[in-house]
Amino acid sequence: MKALARLWRRLPGTAKAGVIMLGVFLLIAIIGPEVTPYNPSVTTPLQAAAPSGAHLFGTTQTGQDVLSQFLIGVRLTLELAFWVGVIATALSVIIGVTAAYAGGLVDELLSLLTNVFLVIPALPLLIVLLGFLNGTSAGQGQLPVIFVLSLLGWPWGARVIRAQALSIRSRDFIAATRETGERSWRIIGFDVIPNMVSLIAASFVNTVLYAVGASVALAFIGLTDPNQWSLGTMLYWAQLGNALQIGAWWWYVPPGLAVALLGTALVLLNTGIDELSNPRLRDARSATKIASRRVWTTDPTPVFGAPDGHRGLAGLARSFSRKSLIDEAGVGTGNAEKAGELR
Amino acid sequence: MQFLLRRLAFYLVAFWVAITLNFFIPRAMPGSAVDAVLAKFPQLLPPARKALEATLGTGNQGSLWSQYLTYLNHVFHLDFGPSLSNYPAPVTSIVANGVYWTIGLVGVATVIAFIVGTGLGILAGWRAGGRLDRSLPGMMFLQATPYFFLALLLIQVFGITLHVFPVAGAYDGINYTPGWTWPYIANVLDHAFLPALTIVVTSVAGWMLQMRNVMVTTVGEDYVMAAQAKGLSDRRVVFTYAARNALLPQLQGFGLAIGFVISGALVMEIVFSYPGIGYLLLNAAASKDTPLMQAIFLLITVAVLAANLLVDIVLVFVDPRIRAREVAR
Repeated sequence: MKALARLWRRLPGTAKAGVIMLGVFLLIAIIGPEVTPYNPSVTTPLQAAAPSGAHLFGTTQTGQDVLSQFLIGVRLTLELAFWVGVIATALSVIIGVTAAYAGGLVDELLSLLTNVFLVIPALPLLIVLLGFLNGTSAGQGQLPVIFVLSLLGWPWGARVIRAQALSIRSRDFIAATRETGERSWRIIGFDVIPNMVSLIAASFVNTVLYAVGASVALAFIGLTDPNQWSLGTMLYWAQLGNALQIGAWWWYVPPGLAVALLGTALVLLNTGIDELSNPRLRDARSATKIASRRVWTTDPTPVFGAPDGHRGLAGLARSFSRKSLIDEAGVGTGNAEKAGELR
Repeated sequence: MQFLLRRLAFYLVAFWVAITLNFFIPRAMPGSAVDAVLAKFPQLLPPARKALEATLGTGNQGSLWSQYLTYLNHVFHLDFGPSLSNYPAPVTSIVANGVYWTIGLVGVATVIAFIVGTGLGILAGWRAGGRLDRSLPGMMFLQATPYFFLALLLIQVFGITLHVFPVAGAYDGINYTPGWTWPYIANVLDHAFLPALTIVVTSVAGWMLQMRNVMVTTVGEDYVMAAQAKGLSDRRVVFTYAARNALLPQLQGFGLAIGFVISGALVMEIVFSYPGIGYLLLNAAASKDTPLMQAIFLLITVAVLAANLLVDIVLVFVDPRIRAREVAR
């Protein structure tokens, strides 16, 4: 508890804002569906009514309550993103660790597979896949979207995890364990993976971000089951019901804003933690000027031979940031490429 | 050289995986194009299925292997057959029509966003902690905003409430005929304004953030301090010393973004009914137009792979460290 409090104090203001926003969304997702004032699918004669006491967020063109749809939408969207995060990260771990541990031809093949799936553009492939699934009996509910998004969401993490597993594998304590005659699965399960928990958590958070963006976009263009009230589906129905033409801003602004805020919360958290771990980014805030020249409050000269300094909670928190993925994998600016393709 | 050859081999493998996926996905998925047509016209009698299969060339055509070979042969001759949703127009001509709308719109918008974002990033990184730098959380919000949500807001404000800009299509086909005439070009620009604005506003922040972060790190380097100590002008220090070195990762990102121009802002094109590649792909997916989907997916993949290769080549020339690593190997 004390460590948590200390970490909280050290967090930059932006990251605190991110944590709080994320907390609010989680709260809505947990209690929202329990407190919906109406059934979100029931149509009433009260069509496209502006927000009022009875309908806090107004109603849709067919008289459905927007607030009820919104509360369920946050839940479904977060739920989907969570499961995609879990499945895709599990795939990354299995593939990354297997490649690193098996080595040789298996490693070559799995690495090739990972890199190939990294360069093949994901969103068009998602559209093609869901285009076939949509409208068939296999395309109902959230499961097909979770399945397809997970199938395409693992390579980024797998690459990073493989790099880390390779480095852990070559350390002395693993060699020692092997000498004592431990079986491979035990070494992997009890020595390799526990040493990567922070990295695995990091790729989980990144996958969640990807899943929110992609699932909302896919739902908006009508490629998912339109009877599920996710945030994307709300936008889809708003577009279909000419919410713009009839000026029903209360219909599409809440879901759109929610997605934007959710994304902002995750990005804020990410960059805030980057700042926590990268002294230069942090000092930028406190740099002072003397005679119109920049003067650094701390000397940025690196200290050689010092441990990496990210221990305990701070180390875990740092690992949630996107920067750590880039650091540990030694890959270039994946940021832009990942963001670019989901648009 | 060896580095580039290895990369080339890798992209060839990636290309092969993409075309193979393209071949197997339609065959593994439930629901065929013929089913889609039959569902659209319930009055068709059962014999129509045979006729449709023959016309569309989807029926039983021998073993999977021979189908695969035929498919590969067609891909290499850029022959994707007729589009099913726009029968009998050939897929290639439909795609060719869409491609230049996308390149024109998304390409120009990407370049503008890159230049503006990088410029702002240089300023924010140089004056870290300054007014511009403190606007970053707002920029992050813009970056996290989905393209299409901003598009909806812009349509609402400028298109429907103020009636300043048209909200759909690439040009007014009723009052204008395409050609190199001024009124037509003005009309096209008018239609492109809101979509382009959407792309620029949502992607500027990404470029700015990345440039700013690299810039902050570069500004802290000793050689920048040395340049300042020599008494060089601020402008000289910023552009020739700091920004020049901070630009490398930015260039890499730009190359990849250019590759994604073709796939475009898929969702944004759909909101504005802009007749580019994204709009075509979604319509093809909605009507299960397999040949069109296959052609577009391949085109996008090829563009992305080519851009990746281009970035690799440029980096070898621009960044001496990569060359050094090459020699060391």
